[in-house]
Amino acid sequence: MAHFTKATSIKDWLNQRLAIEKVEKVLASEYWIPKNINFLWAMGMILVITFVLLLVSGIFLLMYYQPNVDTAFDSVNYTIMREVGFGWLWRHVHGVAASVVFLIIYIHMFTGIYYGSYKKGREMIWISGMLLFIAFSTEAFSGYMLPWGQMSYWAGMVITNLFAGGSLHADGLVEWIRGDYVPAQAFLTRFFMLHVLLVPLAIIGLIGLHFGALRIPHVNNQDGEEIDFDEESKKYLAGDKAGSKVIRFANDFMAKDMMVVGFYLVFFFYLVFYHYGFAMDPVNFDPADGLKTPAHIYPEWYFLWSYEILRPFSTDVGLMAFAFAQGIFVFLPFLDRSPNAVPASRRGLFKYWFWAMLVDMIALTAMGKLPPEGIFSTIGLVAALGFIGLWIALPIITYFEKKA
Amino acid sequence: MKDNSRRGFMGKAFGGVGAVGAVASLFAMKKSWDPLPSVKAAGFTTLDMSNYNENEVITEKWRGKPVFVLKYTPEMTAKLDEKQKERTIVIDGSHYMVNIALCTHLGCIPSYEKDNKKFLCACHGGMYDFTGAVTKSPPPRGLDIPPFKIDGNTLVLGEEGTEYKFMKENGITL
Ligand code: HEM
Ligand code: FES
Repeated sequence: MAHFTKATSIKDWLNQRLAIEKVEKVLASEYWIPKNINFLWAMGMILVITFVLLLVSGIFLLMYYQPNVDTAFDSVNYTIMREVGFGWLWRHVHGVAASVVFLIIYIHMFTGIYYGSYKKGREMIWISGMLLFIAFSTEAFSGYMLPWGQMSYWAGMVITNLFAGGSLHADGLVEWIRGDYVPAQAFLTRFFMLHVLLVPLAIIGLIGLHFGALRIPHVNNQDGEEIDFDEESKKYLAGDKAGSKVIRFANDFMAKDMMVVGFYLVFFFYLVFYHYGFAMDPVNFDPADGLKTPAHIYPEWYFLWSYEILRPFSTDVGLMAFAFAQGIFVFLPFLDRSPNAVPASRRGLFKYWFWAMLVDMIALTAMGKLPPEGIFSTIGLVAALGFIGLWIALPIITYFEKKA
Repeated sequence: MKDNSRRGFMGKAFGGVGAVGAVASLFAMKKSWDPLPSVKAAGFTTLDMSNYNENEVITEKWRGKPVFVLKYTPEMTAKLDEKQKERTIVIDGSHYMVNIALCTHLGCIPSYEKDNKKFLCACHGGMYDFTGAVTKSPPPRGLDIPPFKIDGNTLVLGEEGTEYKFMKENGITL
């Protein structure tokens, strides 16, 4: 048996049993962060905080929400919103956080793309990040079903129909997913299970993987400089804090991170109290009715870009384009053939690729919200083709990129 | 060495038993997600066809899905071409369109424009004529016809009568 001595303090007592000092070093004070990074590197921490906001508000919603087709709508719109003390607060926090989390995810992703933070040993960070994106999308979709309003019902109908695979007519698969011919009780209860248990569990596991994947390569920096973390941390610990290129994660770097988080939270609660409307679709304040489609069915803003890729084509081509859009980002580390892990501004044609992709996705998002008529259809089609074209061009332009 | 081969055997034996267990659990999980027997059994709707007015779309319900019933006016019947005739159900001398009211693209409910005598799907702009045949994509085919059986002046949805079987065999509906 290991040898234990009489503890001199509570800390010593814990230290002998749990090695808390060592754990603290590994996770915080000797986890090294480059000095040369900007506020965009705080997005990860903001995502963690937003997830905690979702979790806490979700737990309170869960105490009154009823996953039953007859009572779900009223349990949200009457019980939670009008009867429960501060019930509206949890709902608005939950709804706003579910929307804003995607804004931050997109910023986080495009930061990674801009600085080349998905290559040279950072591939697993990127892949686990994309898995998180998929898990969050599933979480948002399943959550959207729960109030059982018109948009819940019809989005549920349209999205599950995608699984019929167009001409493959896999109607059996669609009915299997729903547990009925149409979205009904079995559908609501299983999506409730996914939303409050299975998907959050997967998200927590994936966050662990994402952080684990960061451990060895460390975070990238604004210049894409390859830092010798052993060397630089020795310098730091020897007292040359100014000469070292790195600082401690906690408390040094955390101080800066939390300042950005502070600004974010002010913005977030401003939305929660004064501008929550954007996160609550007015159509969803009508109870679900299987015999009446709303005039326009569109997803929440964060799914619009991929929805618009589906829309301009015939069923089968549309489905293929949609599947392509959903999956392709995962392969970015392998489609980018250039070894340069430097900011896009120093990467020749890739610089234009980056901005073209960003603008294209914003255009797709805007067109996805507008009715599919006339000029909007045309712009949407061009943007959808542009999206596919850009991904086909990526390996070619990066293959010929000069070494930076 | 001896130990290792014994451990190896134990590992394989455990793996084998584990694999059987895993396959069995996956089977059980798949079955748990299947539609319940009660859901599958509640599958018939009977319509009294004398209740419908000409050129007025009524939405009935079959297996939780909306079903359009549209009785043609004599002018509409007169104008039918061969293809449209094939999709039409004749009961007691009157002509009807009886179609599942879900767009074959992604399942929205199209709306009927009484004056133009056509169905428009607002979701992605699909269009159908009054017999449910598609006239503008993205929908890949006309509206589906539910299984039906003609019984005097009533129509039973969910049962396959001779007229329905004929339509199905000739690819008029899925
Ligand atoms: C991981 C990120 C999460 C996202 C993106 C998310 C997203 C959503 C969305 C979009 C809604 C519908 C919003 C509304 O109409 O109010 C919703 C509702 C709900 N969520 Fe979440 N959620 C997340 C996590 C959680 C967690 C962890 C729980 C509980 C353990 C939870 C419990 C609920 C409940 C009970 C509702 C229904 C009440 C309502 O609609 O207001 N959610 N969620
Ligand atoms: S669902 Fe009708 S056109 Fe797409």
